[in-house]
Amino acid sequence: MAASSLASRAVASLSPSISTGASRDDAGSSSVVGFHKRSSAFTGRRVRISSGHGSSAAHGRRSCVVAATAAPVKESPPKIADIELVTREEGLELYEDMILGRCFEDMCAQMYYRSKMFGFVHLYNGQEAVSTGFVKALKKDDYICSTYRDHVHALSKGVPARQVMSELFGKATGCCRGQGGSMHMFSKEHRLLGGFAFIGEGIPVATGAAFNTKYSREVLKDLSVDAVTLAFFGDGTCNNGQFFECLNMAALWKLPIVYVVENNLWAIGMDHFRATSVPEIWKKGEAFGMPGVHVDGMDVLKVREVAKEAIARARRGDGPTLVECETYRYRGHSLADPDELRKPEQKNKYAVRDPIAAFKKYLLENGLASEADLKAIEKKIDEIVEDAVEFADASPLPPRSQLLENVFADPRGFGIGPDGKYRCEDPAFTAGTAEV
Amino acid sequence: MLPGIVRSSSRHLPCRRSLTKWMSVRNLAAASGDQMTVRDALNSAIDEEMAADPKVFVMGEEVGEYQGAYKVTKGLLQKYGPDRVLDTPITEAGFTGIGVGAAFQGLKPIVEFMTFNFAMQAIDHIINSAAKTYYMSGGQISVPIVFRGPNGAAAGVGAQHSQCFAAWYGSCPGLKVVTPYSAEDARGLLKAAIRDPDPVVFLENELLYGENFPVSSQVRDPNFTLPIGKAKVEREGTDVTITAFSKMVGFALKAADELAKDGIKAEVINLRSIRPLDRETINASVRKTYRLVAVEEGWPQHGVCAEVCASVQEESFDYLDAPIERISGADIPMPYAANLERLALPQIEDIVRAAKRACYRSK
Repeated sequence: MAASSLASRAVASLSPSISTGASRDDAGSSSVVGFHKRSSAFTGRRVRISSGHGSSAAHGRRSCVVAATAAPVKESPPKIADIELVTREEGLELYEDMILGRCFEDMCAQMYYRSKMFGFVHLYNGQEAVSTGFVKALKKDDYICSTYRDHVHALSKGVPARQVMSELFGKATGCCRGQGGSMHMFSKEHRLLGGFAFIGEGIPVATGAAFNTKYSREVLKDLSVDAVTLAFFGDGTCNNGQFFECLNMAALWKLPIVYVVENNLWAIGMDHFRATSVPEIWKKGEAFGMPGVHVDGMDVLKVREVAKEAIARARRGDGPTLVECETYRYRGHSLADPDELRKPEQKNKYAVRDPIAAFKKYLLENGLASEADLKAIEKKIDEIVEDAVEFADASPLPPRSQLLENVFADPRGFGIGPDGKYRCEDPAFTAGTAEV
Repeated sequence: MLPGIVRSSSRHLPCRRSLTKWMSVRNLAAASGDQMTVRDALNSAIDEEMAADPKVFVMGEEVGEYQGAYKVTKGLLQKYGPDRVLDTPITEAGFTGIGVGAAFQGLKPIVEFMTFNFAMQAIDHIINSAAKTYYMSGGQISVPIVFRGPNGAAAGVGAQHSQCFAAWYGSCPGLKVVTPYSAEDARGLLKAAIRDPDPVVFLENELLYGENFPVSSQVRDPNFTLPIGKAKVEREGTDVTITAFSKMVGFALKAADELAKDGIKAEVINLRSIRPLDRETINASVRKTYRLVAVEEGWPQHGVCAEVCASVQEESFDYLDAPIERISGADIPMPYAANLERLALPQIEDIVRAAKRACYRSK
């Protein structure tokens, strides 16, 4: 409960210029955390927030008139000044993570144009608040599953920058030994389940990881497993059949998962409003019996508050949540995209809402960090990214012998056991009376 | 009565190349009349593996309360409960992906497709997230999942329910593809598939579910498994090799009987495994008989037989005394009319004719 009232506070404190009565334009949507009416998990003050939009424009965001659920019995709400949305340590951590994401992606662009990386590379510039806000609210054991725009998710989750850069360079020291590439980042250690090129493909896989948590607890009776899974995907994916299939099954079976929509309004060159009959993606949660929440994805603190609630809800066993993060990518769909269809007005509108600049301002204004602190972080990240490039550059290419490896976990595909013999000849394998 | 199994050679248990040890045991089985249907073989295999390992679970349409669309999962819901036998909504892409995601975590799902035709709605997950993940992740995440269900033609079910997918899945690296024929195959291969750390596509045949096969006590043992990637010589011969899989093995054996009347001793190989394909056994046989007839129910172009032919001509060209004969289903979507359907699928007389052509082509 406190979180949601905090979240509505977050509106006022972080971005006072974008609040009620915002002007109607392309990008101006409600920057308020919206709570679905039916969600009992997100209780808070009854807040009716209108962003002042009139009828829905063809190109503008529809207004999200949302209401929180019934108010708890509470005295006067705490004053803004009394609430610390984030501690200094947390703030610096979030800032560092966002700077890492931005710096790394900028370096990727440079390296791509120098032919150090190749193929399809999809950069995350502008969307850092979503990755940082959500992933930094997770525990180490939690899972995330992403799409092809996965570099920053990997970094936020803890995959070392060196490994990600090497993977992009196609070197043997990459997180997937050079076999995955930009679009297929996997890390067993850091619980990153990919990295998928087909949109929508990661959603069922993530739902399966959540299923594992439930199965481990209920069937295998292992209550130490309480991992929550986050599935990241975009607006285009929300028209795909698998999305709906999984919303249904996750709600049906009450799986511990949060579906995070990174709505950046564009699916390559397809405008979200040209492709979608009901553009408010958060509304689709209700059709499947789960809370649908809309949040300003350019504001890391708002994202973080919603993330914490949704993750807590999943961990409690109350089931899935659909969170739509309104965000924007500053670069094209990929480095090969000429990005001709997006209007400069729209780009500028979001450029001024740069999540990193906004958070920097917040930290400085609230005395959580000094210019020197932030500069030190930026310098540190520069060094990390440069080191990653040097490391990747110096790393060897995968050896020829690696070509045919890792096709099967069972190396020769003939049912060979770890000792190199046929499993069927291993006396321990057939522990009964059969001699096979 | 299936003479093939009783009289088959030392190749009966493929992991021991030359042995006669099992001859007496198998004769004992046949003599004692111990039989099992393929359906029961599959059911008992799943049951035993679920009992042995709590990480194994079943998911699919109608697998629970309906007892299985073809009753293969009969009784499992009652025994293991709805947490381990999951009735899914009609969402192949979704639940297959969920199964794959669960397998990423080390659970062992058995995903049932009502038929493999419906798996086309899930084929993205079978190929892209199951087959390729171990490779793409550089060896980090393996996918111990089994995809099973009926494959190929049934009787009068029309074009969209009759396709054979052995060739499509068989061409994909990262998948293991097996095609059991007898009850013994069904039990041994399904158990091996469930225990296998890689994704296995397990192609059954609806018309074989009700067929009885003799089984030995070894086959009934809860730890009986067969290696994936090994073919079985169902019947030894010297004059022509006939390769087949799934239902066609039965046809090939009957064809061998027909040919025997004309003095042609055919060697019948039950491929059992499409990927990995047991090229060694096939080639060793052709090097013995010098002639090959490859049989399958699916479409000819880029079919399993095409791969068998390529393998033999690459490795045993000098041994061939006649061009390789390929018998496959007609190159058409399956018609509905019963007589047309019969014409669209290989029949015993087609195999006999092809074998005779292969034999008479010699100088």
